[in-house]
Amino acid sequence: MENRIAKAFAKKQRNLLNVYLTAGYPTLDATVPLIEALVSSGADLIEIGMPFSDPLADGPVIQASSTAALLNGMNLWVLFAQLKDIRQRVPETPILLMGYLNPVMQFGMENFCREAAAAGVDGLILPDLPLVEYEEEYQDLFRRYNLRPVFLITPQTSTERIRRIDALTESFLYLVSGPGTTGGGTAQDPTKQEAYFERIAAMNLRNPRLIGFGIGDKASFERACRYAEGAIIGSAFIKALESKEDAPAAAREFVESVLN
Amino acid sequence: MTYQPNARGYYGEFGGAYIPEMLYPNVEELQANYLQILADPDFQREYQKLLRDYVGRPTPLFEAKRLSAKYGTRIFLKREDLCHTGAHKVNNTVGQILMARRLGKTRIIAETGAGQHGVATATVCALMGMECIVYMGKIDMERQRPNVERMRLLGAEVRAAVSGSQTLKDATNEAIRDWISNPVDTHYIIGSVVGPHPYPDLVARLQSVISEEMRKQLNEELGRELPDYVVACVGGGSNAAGAFYHFLDEPSVKLIAVEAAGHGINSGHSAATSVLGKPGIIHGSRTLLMQDEHGQITEPYSLSAGLDYPGIGPLHAFLGTSGRARFISIEDEQALYSVAELSRLEGIIPALETAHALAALPQLGAGPEDIVVVNLSGRGDKDLATYLQFADKLNSYEF
Ligand SMILES: Cc1ncc(COP(=O)(O)O)c(C=O)c1O
Repeated sequence: MENRIAKAFAKKQRNLLNVYLTAGYPTLDATVPLIEALVSSGADLIEIGMPFSDPLADGPVIQASSTAALLNGMNLWVLFAQLKDIRQRVPETPILLMGYLNPVMQFGMENFCREAAAAGVDGLILPDLPLVEYEEEYQDLFRRYNLRPVFLITPQTSTERIRRIDALTESFLYLVSGPGTTGGGTAQDPTKQEAYFERIAAMNLRNPRLIGFGIGDKASFERACRYAEGAIIGSAFIKALESKEDAPAAAREFVESVLN
Repeated sequence: MTYQPNARGYYGEFGGAYIPEMLYPNVEELQANYLQILADPDFQREYQKLLRDYVGRPTPLFEAKRLSAKYGTRIFLKREDLCHTGAHKVNNTVGQILMARRLGKTRIIAETGAGQHGVATATVCALMGMECIVYMGKIDMERQRPNVERMRLLGAEVRAAVSGSQTLKDATNEAIRDWISNPVDTHYIIGSVVGPHPYPDLVARLQSVISEEMRKQLNEELGRELPDYVVACVGGGSNAAGAFYHFLDEPSVKLIAVEAAGHGINSGHSAATSVLGKPGIIHGSRTLLMQDEHGQITEPYSLSAGLDYPGIGPLHAFLGTSGRARFISIEDEQALYSVAELSRLEGIIPALETAHALAALPQLGAGPEDIVVVNLSGRGDKDLATYLQFADKLNSYEF
């Protein structure tokens, strides 16, 4: 089955920019205008964060945006309603939903997949969904709705496990740049990081790779693109929206500052 | 029916390891090694010796005669409050620090609610000369101030968790984030039977010494190993897991788990997870948890910092839903009454958490011939500030 993620990577093999936004942030209705602004200014993939009360893998910036989004009234019903016509506005760009398992479970995994597919979502990133549970319980369901899972790889992930993740993936691999939550809490040793990126690059995996966590500007984006097909920016983008009146304009400005 | 988890850490439908990839190597390392380490004779020798000479085990099983007379049944108190540091929590931290050393870890992190687990962790870190960082909700740091000072005196760094309700749940979030950021040298000593597999089983096994001793002591005292009731409070559920453990497969023993109802189950200010919770995922485990219709975790409330948690361990979710354990919820006021009661009738000032277990006594339906063991999980020293705040009320009760 065709999927926009594969097409995006086929069309442009290098320097792909994936931008993460938190649904319902900075205002409840900002989700769709922000997606349009990101795409029109050059983002190649869009990752929509579904806010959760207790985002364990996220640093302070995305935590705060999640709390704000929940206070704004964001939830999965609202999000799917907002995304109803997204494919008329953004026909080609892959859209992924990223979030924690509990809200998805309460929505119901099958309902969730059906709504996501109906909205034109292409992939799912559920970081606390264990690989075995995915294989045993959800793989068929995801396939039925043509939703591609994306799994994370860290510097500590064993070679054997990377191979297994690669075999289960038909989209891209999410390379976490180093130890830490989103936003890149701890300072990283560049030599170690380089060795890690090169080790993965040398494995000849079947999926392309995007590097995420701690990527935030032109320099870090370009550096990441030397080791992978592209990179993911989250916290730095959310931060760029803070206290901005015109969020879409801030989004365009941000993407342009990374790409140009 | 078995009450042991399967290889993937499930008790029935509850348990498992729902963790982001960043935690996978650490959790897998523990999963692969914990049973072997626990079974290792060297480990056991060291652990048992520390339990005896450092913790002060076995803890007494004390027949509370005046309390028994009042409730018309035979009540025994398992004196975990006499453990070094003042609560059962140290049984677990002694075991986990020995395990951390065997895994080559040099840095210890922990979360704490009432501060008892934080103190117990700081204590064993001092003993072993290891770096110790304890995460504690900002509100809990205020209401359990003496324990914050104790941790600092023991050389630990206490970091305030300022997100959410600034209590145990949020401290646990911060500890998990720390572990994500320090994946190689750090061991996370979880303080209750919560978290991803193997923690619920690991902590239950390390606390199981409580019920092991109970059986022996009941036999010596009464010539029978089995009581009719075992009563324990449940925050995450570690003291209850330890008190229930060796009775799980004894259907004649009624297991009573006591939760905090805060201002009342339907008041919107409660931590009675077994009533208010639905299956979901919290801190890496599929269990019962308090959440709204969108799956957002709701903020719990209890006057007692150690019970102020929106989930329960997966073992307890299974014991509750399968009917093996009976859950009772106790409000703040009832717990305060029991604090005064045990202080005045038996000369023992209990922790506020423990007082919830005592407050369930009138609801048991136990008869004069019945043997009731209450797990006295901790002493009340840490709660003096709260008790002072309610001094007029506490002193007004007649016994
Ligand atoms: C004295 C005491 N009892 C009980 C608890 C609750 O924990 P658990 O349910 O894991 O035994 C605590 C937690 O801080 C405690 O300090």
